[in-house]
Amino acid sequence: MRPTGAVPILTLGDVVLVSIQVELHDELVLRLQQDLAQQVADTGARGVVIDVSAIDIVDSFLAKVLHDISATAAMLASTAIVVGIRPAVAITLVELGLPLRGVRTAPSVNAAFAMLGVRAASERPHVPPGSPVSPDGRLPSGDRGREDDPRAHDHLPREPRVREMW
Amino acid sequence: MEARVVTIATELDIVRVRQAVRDVAVRGRFSLVEQTKLVTAASELARNALVHGGGGEVTVQVEPVGTGTRVRLVFVDHGPGIADLDQALTDGFTTGSGLGLGLGGARRLVDEFHIESAPGRGTTVTISSTSGGAVR
Repeated sequence: MRPTGAVPILTLGDVVLVSIQVELHDELVLRLQQDLAQQVADTGARGVVIDVSAIDIVDSFLAKVLHDISATAAMLASTAIVVGIRPAVAITLVELGLPLRGVRTAPSVNAAFAMLGVRAASERPHVPPGSPVSPDGRLPSGDRGREDDPRAHDHLPREPRVREMW
Repeated sequence: MEARVVTIATELDIVRVRQAVRDVAVRGRFSLVEQTKLVTAASELARNALVHGGGGEVTVQVEPVGTGTRVRLVFVDHGPGIADLDQALTDGFTTGSGLGLGLGGARRLVDEFHIESAPGRGTTVTISSTSGGAVR
């Protein structure tokens, strides 16, 4: 784990994961952007997953940085996925004129990992074998790491191969 | 009517403005989307006041209107001012490093938007929104 001020960056397998849990001021946002790019370059991570589900405000500055992180990751042969944008934030960003075009999104960290062709630990079924669906009604159990959650906005070709992380 | 002034002098103050506006919007029973729009607009205008106006302050005013609450925010900076307001309100126009959506974008997020500025006289932006679908 590498601290970015108050935003820890985790590397899980070949995915870099950040979960933004604090109210970010501009300097922290820029530091996060730089640290993420460096981490991707250092580790050759195939994906960058940014969990913004705790963020209740995305203004044009943060939106631009999310966009720039996405573009930077692409240049570093990685894929950035923004996870958990709140509905009110989405509505506000569209009205603001910033629909985050070109930024890939997913409803959950698990879905983002699936989009990257990686399976997160918690995605292993907690439900007893034979149950048709897991308690959250989303991930069918015993499903051999279906490439993605159907709610994931996956515009890229699917990874045929699912990699186990743990 | 209650009012509170928040100084805008550093990037941390942008966060403080957001928190102050969120507080009054929550207390004024704004819906989640209304809160988000108002706080986002406040964030844009606070950053404008800091980046383009060299800092300033915002006055947060709260008053009951019908069955709802009106929150009015008055952002004042003493920066260089804006010569061409129409241009400044155009999406994509920027003199800084942003996307140029600050002023025009903020205007779309609130019920009322008013700007006064002239070269050398700083800029005053007034916005307001009212909760509960009260008369605008």
